[in-house]
Amino acid sequence: MSELILNERFTDSGPEAETRHEGEPTGEARRRPASVTRFFIAAGKRPGLVISVLVIALVIVWALAPSLFTHQDPLVGNVTDRLQAPSARHIFGTDNLGRDLWARVVYGSAQSLAATFLAVVLALVVGSVLGLLAGFLRGWVDDVIMRVMDVVLAIPTVLLSLAIITALGFGTVNVAIAVGFASAASFARVMRSEVITISTALYVEAARASGVRWYTVLRRHVLPNSLGPVLSLSALEFGTAVLAISSLSFLGFGAPPPAPEWGALISEGRNYLATSWWLTTFPGLIIVAVVLAANRVSRAFEKNGAAR
Amino acid sequence: MLRYLARRLLQGVFVLWAAYTLSFLILFTLPGDAATVAAAGGGDTSTVDPKLVEQLRHEYGLDQPLWLQYLHALGKALRGDFGSNPQTGQPALHEVTQVLPNTLGLAASALVLAVVVGFLLAIASTFPRASWLRQALGALPPLGAAVPVFWIGLLLLQWFSFHLRWFPSLGDQGFRSLVLPAVTLAVPTGAYIAQLLSRSLRLTLGRPYIEQVRAKGAGEARVHFAHALRNAVLPTLTMVGVLIGNLLAGTVVTETVFSRTGVGRLVVQAVGDRDLPVVQVVVVFAALVFVVSSLAVDLVYPLIDRRIVLGRAAATA
Amino acid sequence: MTTDASDALLRVKNLRVAYEAAGRRVEAVRGVDFEVARGEVVAIVGESGSGKTTTAQAVIHLLDPTARVGADELAFDGIELTKLSRGQWREVRGARIGLIPQDPVVSLDPVKKIGEQVAEALRVHKLASRRAAGERAVALLELAGLSQPALRAKQFPHQLSGGMKQRALIAAALAPEPELIIADEPTSALDVTVQKQILDHLENLVRERGTAVLLITHDLAVAADRADRILVMQGGEIVEQGAAAQVLGSPRHPYTRALVAAAPALASGRLQPSASVRERIETDAAPRTPRPPLLTATNLTKDFGSGRDRLRAVDAVSFEIARGETFALVGESGSGKSTTARLVARLETASDGTVVLDGQDYTHARGERLRQLRRRLQLVYQNPYASLDPRFTVADAVDEPLRAFGRPRVERARRVTELIDLVALPASFASRRPAELSGGQRQRVAIARALALEPELLILDEAVSALDVSVQAQILQLLTDLQAELGLAYLFITHDLAVVRQVADRVGVMQGGCLVETGAAAGILESPSDAYTRRLLEAIPGREFTTTPESSAQ
Repeated sequence: MSELILNERFTDSGPEAETRHEGEPTGEARRRPASVTRFFIAAGKRPGLVISVLVIALVIVWALAPSLFTHQDPLVGNVTDRLQAPSARHIFGTDNLGRDLWARVVYGSAQSLAATFLAVVLALVVGSVLGLLAGFLRGWVDDVIMRVMDVVLAIPTVLLSLAIITALGFGTVNVAIAVGFASAASFARVMRSEVITISTALYVEAARASGVRWYTVLRRHVLPNSLGPVLSLSALEFGTAVLAISSLSFLGFGAPPPAPEWGALISEGRNYLATSWWLTTFPGLIIVAVVLAANRVSRAFEKNGAAR
Repeated sequence: MLRYLARRLLQGVFVLWAAYTLSFLILFTLPGDAATVAAAGGGDTSTVDPKLVEQLRHEYGLDQPLWLQYLHALGKALRGDFGSNPQTGQPALHEVTQVLPNTLGLAASALVLAVVVGFLLAIASTFPRASWLRQALGALPPLGAAVPVFWIGLLLLQWFSFHLRWFPSLGDQGFRSLVLPAVTLAVPTGAYIAQLLSRSLRLTLGRPYIEQVRAKGAGEARVHFAHALRNAVLPTLTMVGVLIGNLLAGTVVTETVFSRTGVGRLVVQAVGDRDLPVVQVVVVFAALVFVVSSLAVDLVYPLIDRRIVLGRAAATA
Repeated sequence: MTTDASDALLRVKNLRVAYEAAGRRVEAVRGVDFEVARGEVVAIVGESGSGKTTTAQAVIHLLDPTARVGADELAFDGIELTKLSRGQWREVRGARIGLIPQDPVVSLDPVKKIGEQVAEALRVHKLASRRAAGERAVALLELAGLSQPALRAKQFPHQLSGGMKQRALIAAALAPEPELIIADEPTSALDVTVQKQILDHLENLVRERGTAVLLITHDLAVAADRADRILVMQGGEIVEQGAAAQVLGSPRHPYTRALVAAAPALASGRLQPSASVRERIETDAAPRTPRPPLLTATNLTKDFGSGRDRLRAVDAVSFEIARGETFALVGESGSGKSTTARLVARLETASDGTVVLDGQDYTHARGERLRQLRRRLQLVYQNPYASLDPRFTVADAVDEPLRAFGRPRVERARRVTELIDLVALPASFASRRPAELSGGQRQRVAIARALALEPELLILDEAVSALDVSVQAQILQLLTDLQAELGLAYLFITHDLAVVRQVADRVGVMQGGCLVETGAAAGILESPSDAYTRRLLEAIPGREFTTTPESSAQ
């Protein structure tokens, strides 16, 4: 019989997806990567992804141990040094109170990232649970949950967050909660559609047909397989949340001064636009870098999910 | 057809009602006492006179059970009365409609700009023969989507108002004052359109029917403009509601940056003053914009994609 | 037919195509030589991955941009194709070399009218004005065999059936009167009766005009019926070429011989268990005697939707399956055969009628009773790519039913090893995931999973139709062996009458939800009484070439 198996090698297709086999894998390329060297080779082929991961890692380290990156105080400055352009001593320049902007950006990452994580985790948990319930139970539960989500999606996230902030009051935590809740609907949608796609997948039907109970199907097939797109969305949402939170801080609803927060830093620099370009430019660039990196990581998740 | 329209209108009314209810629940039941804040008049809430708070509480009907408050408020809202500003006594609806034309003008010009630039960028990221050019142009939309709107506004102000002095830095009089805000607002929306459309274009260009057009001997221009673009626009169209909603939300930041009068800046002030009625009117208005634009898309869609018959989706491959 | 240099329309010498994928170079076509004479029909036959489609795409220059093409000669009517600029290519493509695609359903622009799309073939080469092109399009649609051509021209693709779409595509390909037409699996997505009509029609049209055809197909029988010459490709090379009768009648290359032997339409008779199995079981060779039925389906009916949109997919279908017997349900797409299978498997519930397994009526069984029933009745799907969870290893997949019925861990492990061996997979495959397996191997895993609980009835829903013929032959042999060894009954759903000949004891023919004819396989296949069955049989390609068992044996 082993000869027969060898014969079947003609079905291992090359790059041409001929006629009858959909999504045939390209042989060995699908084997799981094993060694560390393989990892670095793979990384070398995707420099953009590597840089993105490094950017995210760097800002996380800033948030955890800011003193490693600067000796300056983010809150107290030397007034004689006020509004200095970037130099070797103050690489990002100084603000109107003579505080070092680099230090404020580094220390500010703690506030900004904490708020972002809180928002994403809230959106992820609330959204996925609702989506899972809707997608798996279907029927009226699905109808009720998704009608509500439709309404939430009909209201722009920023306006909904503003409404929640109006009720809860100002502050970084409240801003994060507002953004988190307002973004939960998109998670619910993605989770629901994944769960439905997978529940109707042939392998789930096959499992049911071989006598597997529904809760085992949910645990062993539906949940693990629908997690990929949700993770990809989390990475994307990370970027979106950074933007939303910095916008709300910029508008003045976040942490009260003098606490550094990226959006608030830009807002402070607004009064010196004509004279001190660095005050708005640098914190903005950091935000752009973080958001781009998060989006890049999200795309990598998405691709891995699709390749599975 | 008429039955379909009626059903869609009913759905729209449902979304509006639900948006009203949701905003009511958020604004009037979450912790944080409207009366206390109103009594403080935007000042420190710890020094308010408790008698005044009690009086205001009664005035607002806040001492009644929640469902009564809700029914009462809903009844008044149906008659166009969403409540008034606690400080000025101005009706909320009036406050919003007064500044609405300004915002609509800004949003409309930004939309036109965003659609034009978005389409051009999307086509530019698939059409040119040189792959480096395609890649370079294709990198722009993700960049545009990653930039905070307020920061773009500030950069533009810095360069074009303070440095080059081409445009005024604030105000809402005349065309010149509209240019920078419109560009600012158009960046994220344009980037969003370009991303959606170029992704959809790339997918479409990989479809077998496009290869079939090439097999007829058609050139890339015909492939793009006679076939691919029309098919690629379809999935983008379904996002119009969300897109216009985001545009509206973008005015919040844009109007603040450029100190323009408008709904966006009004809502920022309202949040600051805890002017709940205005916040609620704006939320319901945003839902209305979504409902109307979605309905418009639904009516236009079958004209472009003949597979879709109003009221029922044809089974398609 | 022999070709000499003077009348060769297309001449290909040492054609090589390679793809760069993920840093690896994959040689899809490795030094192919062939010629097509004017007016000649040449078929390239091969299984998936043989490089046949890549060869065709290289000729019309529609390869993926990552492909690297090299050739000593790729000449069309004396023009060296590899030297053409983009602009020059546009003048050749469509106008002189036409293409009929693989899947008509996805090959027409969904938002354009049929007439416009046919006229476009003329318009891009400036062969007609807009008005004239529109009129010509209607005439061409009529020529391609579409009824009411003027109406069809104004319709959109979704309003036409698959066969009608392919006719429209043929009209578009023929419009500029090309000298060569490349037909890439032109009918493999269509039902067999439609396939026959379309190929007949195409054949007439090209013979009339003296158009040369390069026909790409996986189906040896189709090639045998339609081509003057046949090229057999394997692994990017042409392993054999010659006149159709000669290639099929006396194949020289071992691969061609294996292919001819495996092609169901060309083989004959029911498969017998392999020698090793026969030794082991030592059954009485006596013909099957009537036994009490294992499964009885009575008046099975299934409606989908309700009210105005109600569709009756299955209409009062009754049949019986005895223990150890194979009952085949045959029909074209939309005949209701798969729905019937799902009713029997209780993945759908019948609107009317009953299904009884071994005396137990389970038409409306649910919950735990239905779950217990699953032990006796299992299903194998058509698509082994979708029916296995991509995250599960082979062992996990086979183990799943055992786990669901709470078998002890030690027993499960033993049984999994046993099952993997039973479907003739090496034990080392236990830790592999579906993505690392070929289609045939995956189908073996699916069969192992279905056998885990020792069912009495196996429902095979088009279980071999997604596989290449040589793999299909192996799986059919495996199924025959398992049946002999385990005494399984099969409900075998298929669109392919040729396969039926190889495996079925009794056959039911379905059309439009009804069972039009049922009886012993040999009887129905040799002397069908129903008109539809006769049409179905006549449409099977390769009938003229049915070889005797002697010539196909190695």
